[in-house]
Amino acid sequence: MNGTAVLFFIAAIGALSGAVGVVTLRNPFYSVLALVFHLVSLAVLFLLLHAQFVAAAQVIVYAGAVMVLYVFVVAYVGGGQEPLTMGGATFRFLGPLFGAALAAELIIAVLGSALQGISTRGAHIGPAFGTPEHIGELFLTKFLFPFEVASILLLVAAVGAVVLARRRRGLEPEVEMDRRVRMTRPSFTGTMAEAAGTRLPQPEPQGPQAPLDSEPEPAGATGGEPRYKGGW
Amino acid sequence: MAATTFSWLVLLCPLVGTIAIAVGFRRLQGRGAGWIATAMIFLSFAFAVVTLALVLGKSPHHRELTSTLWRYDFSAGLDAKLQILVDPLSVFMVLVVSGVSALIHLYSVAYMDSDRGYARYFSYLNFFVLSMLLLVLAGNFIMLIVGWAFVGFASYALISFWYRRRTATRAGIKAFVINVVGDVGLVLGTFIIFQHAHSVEYLKVFHATHHVFGHDSATLVVACLLLGLGAFAKSAQIPLHTWLPDAMEGPTPVSALIHAATMVTAGVYLIARMHPLFEQAPTAADVTAIGGCLTLLIAATIGLAVTDIKRVIAYSTMSQIGYMIMGVSVGAYSAGLFHLMTHAFFKALLFMSAGSLISAMAGDQSLDRMGGFRKAMPFTFLGFMVGGLALAGLPPFSGWLSKDDILGFLDHRGGGFLVLGILGYIGAFLTALYTFRMIFRAFFGEPAAQARELEAGHLAHADVPRNPATGEEEDTDVGFPGAEHHIAERDPPMKVAMGALAVLAVIGGVLQIPGVDAGIERFLEPTFADSVLARSTPSTSADWVGLAIGAVIAVAGIAVAYRLWIAAPETPGVLRRRFAPLYTLFVNKWYFDELIDLVVVRPALMLGRLGDSVLERVVVARGITGGTVGVVRAGSAAVRRAQTGLLRYYAAGMVIFISAVALYFLVSSS
Amino acid sequence: MWIGGYLVVSALIFCVGAGGVLMRRNPLVILLCLELMLNAANLALVAFARMWGGEAGQIFALIVMVVAACEVTVGLGLIVAIYRRRLPIDVDELRELQG
Repeated sequence: MNGTAVLFFIAAIGALSGAVGVVTLRNPFYSVLALVFHLVSLAVLFLLLHAQFVAAAQVIVYAGAVMVLYVFVVAYVGGGQEPLTMGGATFRFLGPLFGAALAAELIIAVLGSALQGISTRGAHIGPAFGTPEHIGELFLTKFLFPFEVASILLLVAAVGAVVLARRRRGLEPEVEMDRRVRMTRPSFTGTMAEAAGTRLPQPEPQGPQAPLDSEPEPAGATGGEPRYKGGW
Repeated sequence: MAATTFSWLVLLCPLVGTIAIAVGFRRLQGRGAGWIATAMIFLSFAFAVVTLALVLGKSPHHRELTSTLWRYDFSAGLDAKLQILVDPLSVFMVLVVSGVSALIHLYSVAYMDSDRGYARYFSYLNFFVLSMLLLVLAGNFIMLIVGWAFVGFASYALISFWYRRRTATRAGIKAFVINVVGDVGLVLGTFIIFQHAHSVEYLKVFHATHHVFGHDSATLVVACLLLGLGAFAKSAQIPLHTWLPDAMEGPTPVSALIHAATMVTAGVYLIARMHPLFEQAPTAADVTAIGGCLTLLIAATIGLAVTDIKRVIAYSTMSQIGYMIMGVSVGAYSAGLFHLMTHAFFKALLFMSAGSLISAMAGDQSLDRMGGFRKAMPFTFLGFMVGGLALAGLPPFSGWLSKDDILGFLDHRGGGFLVLGILGYIGAFLTALYTFRMIFRAFFGEPAAQARELEAGHLAHADVPRNPATGEEEDTDVGFPGAEHHIAERDPPMKVAMGALAVLAVIGGVLQIPGVDAGIERFLEPTFADSVLARSTPSTSADWVGLAIGAVIAVAGIAVAYRLWIAAPETPGVLRRRFAPLYTLFVNKWYFDELIDLVVVRPALMLGRLGDSVLERVVVARGITGGTVGVVRAGSAAVRRAQTGLLRYYAAGMVIFISAVALYFLVSSS
Repeated sequence: MWIGGYLVVSALIFCVGAGGVLMRRNPLVILLCLELMLNAANLALVAFARMWGGEAGQIFALIVMVVAACEVTVGLGLIVAIYRRRLPIDVDELRELQG
């Protein structure tokens, strides 16, 4: 059992406990703190993997800037104390269940036959592996395009945040919106008819339903008395 | 030019007339449309005369000419062509149709003046003449059916000519529906014949009849009965006759032309043309003969009782066509067609005179209110008398010779046909009776108010135009009769037309006087050369015996009518009370309308209502469309339950899906 | 050292984060759990970078960090906006997408 393995286990346990803490702690402020602890543990793991620059960036950017942002927001919003039982009846069981299932799968995948071919040594790496100079050089040569795209993404995110956070002039009156959307048109008209202001068509009055055969001749129908008195 | 070319010209003239008037009616002033239409028909008649001359110029064996204008493609072996057959029968019919139509057009020029639909009337009338000529000139079954259908349409259009009158439109619908029943029979009959003879051309079918169908074979009997159904519907024989009295809703010249002289004779023409088929299927011919006889009697009895003058003449038409149908069904072809010709003359004359009389009565058609018009309307009275005497069959008028020609043939054939002949004589008695009932009541006796006005020189006018049948108020705008009424005494075209027909009604009989000449029989011989029945004709002496009996009966009928309505005027009332149930039966037209209503119309309406309430509302609306809607709604409702709006459900879905995919890869790679 | 260990840790962290997303109602905490999941991915990336000897994994991990930062920015902006509207900060109450 050499030092790297010991350090690995300590960092791993730290990361996992931080993760569990994020999920289970009721107060969101405490969750943020747990995440910070988790991030630092991850940084140690990165160091063990010869990723110095990534570890430093993790601590400075992630734990230092992003988490501070989180702290500000939590302070502003003020997360309430959320009791565990209120987490939705279904998901109190299903959440951990799904998570466990996924974990099992992934672990089986990792430890199973698919990854048997992993060598325990790792590839041979030079001394400059993971150093800031090397990473920087790669960023500016081989990975220039992702670098630039990432900066644009940051710009977009900044603009988005400003747009989301700006103060509008009061709330939009929802009542007006509703009425415009839900107003029903009178039947038989379309929008042009509304605009033109025509009147609704009247339904056709039903004519009397008469049978098709003719009536037998009435004896003296058309105006006036039958002047013929003979009868036949 | 050949005879067939002139026949095509005969057809062309009314077509030109129809289209010219239909297209240019706005530019035609006054009576322009009328004169154009009349000129076209006179021209058509002239061409028909030329055709006659050319046909007579050929030897009798070469008088069956066909001419094809266009061949529709052969399809399924159907050799349909735009083809006419010019033979003595069709030339005869063309002459009668175009001649009488021309005179009726002339009459209408004056009669329909002041009607807002003047041009429309003449366009329709020309179209009718075109269709009728097409029907009689047709050289194959297909053109016959086309002409048949066109004639049905023209009849409908002209019956409901005053389309704002509900009674008129209903009558038009009734006529059309009953005609459709006949059309179905005609088409089915044609189909059966085509199926066996493999051709639709007349000459080919007729020559093949003896080979293809056995004597009195069931198939041919059925086919002929179906053709007979068509004939009965078009000719208003029982039981498909109920439309004809209602068709009197149309203008009087229309009644004269379509429902007296020409269209209703189409059935007679049909049976005469199909005589090879009917002779090969005597059962069917017997059925039609008996049908004609029944109609003859029943219609005559109804004519005795009704009081609307136009309806009396309509039932008279029905009755006379019964004679004709009886004649051509038993083999008296030339006699039946001779009667067709003379009937066209005197019946058209009677209708024209009736039109004049109704005009004088300011639109009132009821005999109950007419009387004593003899002094006020001498010319119309003359028209009625000539027509009535010809109808009754008094010598030497044409009707006497033609009607008794038929009855003589029936007696000659003997056996059961003798019974039909005797019934025919009884019908002749009734004919004379109801004809002179009409004349005596309308023209004799105490003058009506309108007659007195007319004697004073003033044509009566109704204050408010009314529907003659129901008494409803109308106006005189488009769709109703015009404001002015025209009588023969004052309008020359009417007088000329009536005069011409009167002359023909008197002298028309000279064509076929037994023992003297047999003009019609000899002319028609080439067509009926293949007929077995037509060969044996009664001897001259037997003919004259029949004529004598006919004359006696006619005189007897007139005498009885004189006694009842002039000599002893209280007698009719007494007789009516004595025979009240019989009178009720007659005046209600033997309850045929009620019977058809009960047996056909009510079940159809019930079926329709059933279809609406059950089939339409329940099955279609609620079941099929409602069901589809319901299924879609239920499906959407079920699917909509996945849209909870809860973030965590969506997240859960994603997690499950990812797990499933990972599981798949795990399993598939192991 | 055995790479499998890092991957197992990464898997476990990921699943804890997923469970947290499903269980918690406060959107802030849900975002935190999302961060957990992102971090787990980062760990896996860096572990593989070490295994294969190329730095692409580390570069990618840095980009992921950038993405996480942006996403946090926008997410927190949303939460602030929701808070300012006086709507409850509870994903079970924010259900306008319900169909």
